[in-house]
Amino acid sequence: MDLHAFLTKAVSLRFEIAAVILFGIGFMNLMLRHNLIKKIVAFNVMDSSVFLFLASQGYIDGRIAPIAREGIVGAEHYVNPIPAGLVLTGIVVSVSVSAFFLALVQRLYKHYHTVDFDEIMIMAKKKVD
Amino acid sequence: MSIIFELLLILALIICAIAALGSRRLLVTVVIFMAYSLIMSIIWALLQSPDLAITEAAVGAGVTGILFFMTLKKIHALKGTKDE
Amino acid sequence: MSKKTDALRRFSGWVNGETAGHAAVRREAARIEHKKLLPELDEQQRIRLFSWQYKLVALVVCLTVVAVLLYTVFHLPLFGDPENPAVNEVVQRYVEDGLEETGAVNMVAGMILDYRAFDTFGESSVLFLAVTSVMMLLLRDARNIVRDEDVQEEHERVIERQTSDIILQKVTSLVMPCIMMFGAYVVLNGHISPGGGFSGGAVMGAGLILLGASFGIDKVRAFFTMKTFRRITSTALLCYAASKAYSFFTGANGLETGIPLGTPGAIFSSGLILVLDICVGLVVACTMYGFYVLFSRGEI
Repeated sequence: MDLHAFLTKAVSLRFEIAAVILFGIGFMNLMLRHNLIKKIVAFNVMDSSVFLFLASQGYIDGRIAPIAREGIVGAEHYVNPIPAGLVLTGIVVSVSVSAFFLALVQRLYKHYHTVDFDEIMIMAKKKVD
Repeated sequence: MSIIFELLLILALIICAIAALGSRRLLVTVVIFMAYSLIMSIIWALLQSPDLAITEAAVGAGVTGILFFMTLKKIHALKGTKDE
Repeated sequence: MSKKTDALRRFSGWVNGETAGHAAVRREAARIEHKKLLPELDEQQRIRLFSWQYKLVALVVCLTVVAVLLYTVFHLPLFGDPENPAVNEVVQRYVEDGLEETGAVNMVAGMILDYRAFDTFGESSVLFLAVTSVMMLLLRDARNIVRDEDVQEEHERVIERQTSDIILQKVTSLVMPCIMMFGAYVVLNGHISPGGGFSGGAVMGAGLILLGASFGIDKVRAFFTMKTFRRITSTALLCYAASKAYSFFTGANGLETGIPLGTPGAIFSSGLILVLDICVGLVVACTMYGFYVLFSRGEI
């Protein structure tokens, strides 16, 4: 594939490529950061990137939002509504999981007085031994 | 024409994600994360999904940000110096 | 004058996360005590060597995953293509027959609350489960109250009652009715215009959080107690389950539902979607406010 066709395809697939890059950023920070709060923010970034990928599969050029209007009947005038329904569920589940993670972080801090992951693991092992 | 706007928004999204996770202070991380949610909400509106735009604006930039701030207060990380 | 500056200084100290004097000293002592549990120097060197290997492996795994995904993305059909394999006969059925079968003008709401209402039931249960788990972790009762935390909570409550922010309270008293009305509008018009149960519920929950943050949680507890919370969430979920059980029963046996669909575009149309929207909106609003007050105070 020559350069011009490659660039055209890359620009056309901009949302999917952005979703994969964000997923990579979130994944790398989830594994490599020491601070628990940054791990939670990285997890949220990964969640959002997956939603971006899903919802961008439903867009069709030149069509309008899936609210039925007078006189415009037929499936070839509206955007695909199914991925939007899936992502709506996902957004609400994402906030629930974030809230649970943050409550866990609060209890961990109350017990170990630090939010650094390495120190918590070391102290936990010492307490068990 | 709208392709340039979308590319700018995607670039802002990636820069916000890198900046939020690379900052030293936790307060800055949470604030940039709320900006990330807001840009995501605009992208949903551009993709012709108004339900997702309203939900992401209310939930992502609103409620999740508030929960992060309450947690930061409980772990005593809001003093304006380096995070712990 | 000096009493006001004294109260202002204590309030700004509370905002910045400083606490009463002796509690902060005791916390520092506990943190130093815990740091003594960290191992000696050569063991720290061993841990640092291991962490170098862990970082390398994590980097390699992450780059592999991203490379494979990017390679796959380039084989996807072009963005916005009408010949996308995701556009099949399911979309045709939902968009063309959606208006007659469900009566909802908003196709996404008609899909998630009529064709695929079981998934939305699962999601409301996930919200309920999340708030129950956070209650398990953070609810303060007689067994897990520590003495200086209790003193600190009382201190914060006294400061909250004394120094109230006038600008915030005036603006909240002007803006709050608009927020609740907008949230209720988005919930009730979920099948006509964009929005629905989740969006409207999140907006109402955010309004309640604003009320709790500016006037103090004790003022909100005058009308929103633990009993109210339990009753609203349980009743809303059971009502959702009962409505959908009725729909499943009549649909599986080929009976008529007996609920009129009305004219599309009116509020009282589209059968049971209005009831389900209200149930989901109430659960989401109570959950968001429940998260806030559990994080800030430890009891609803």
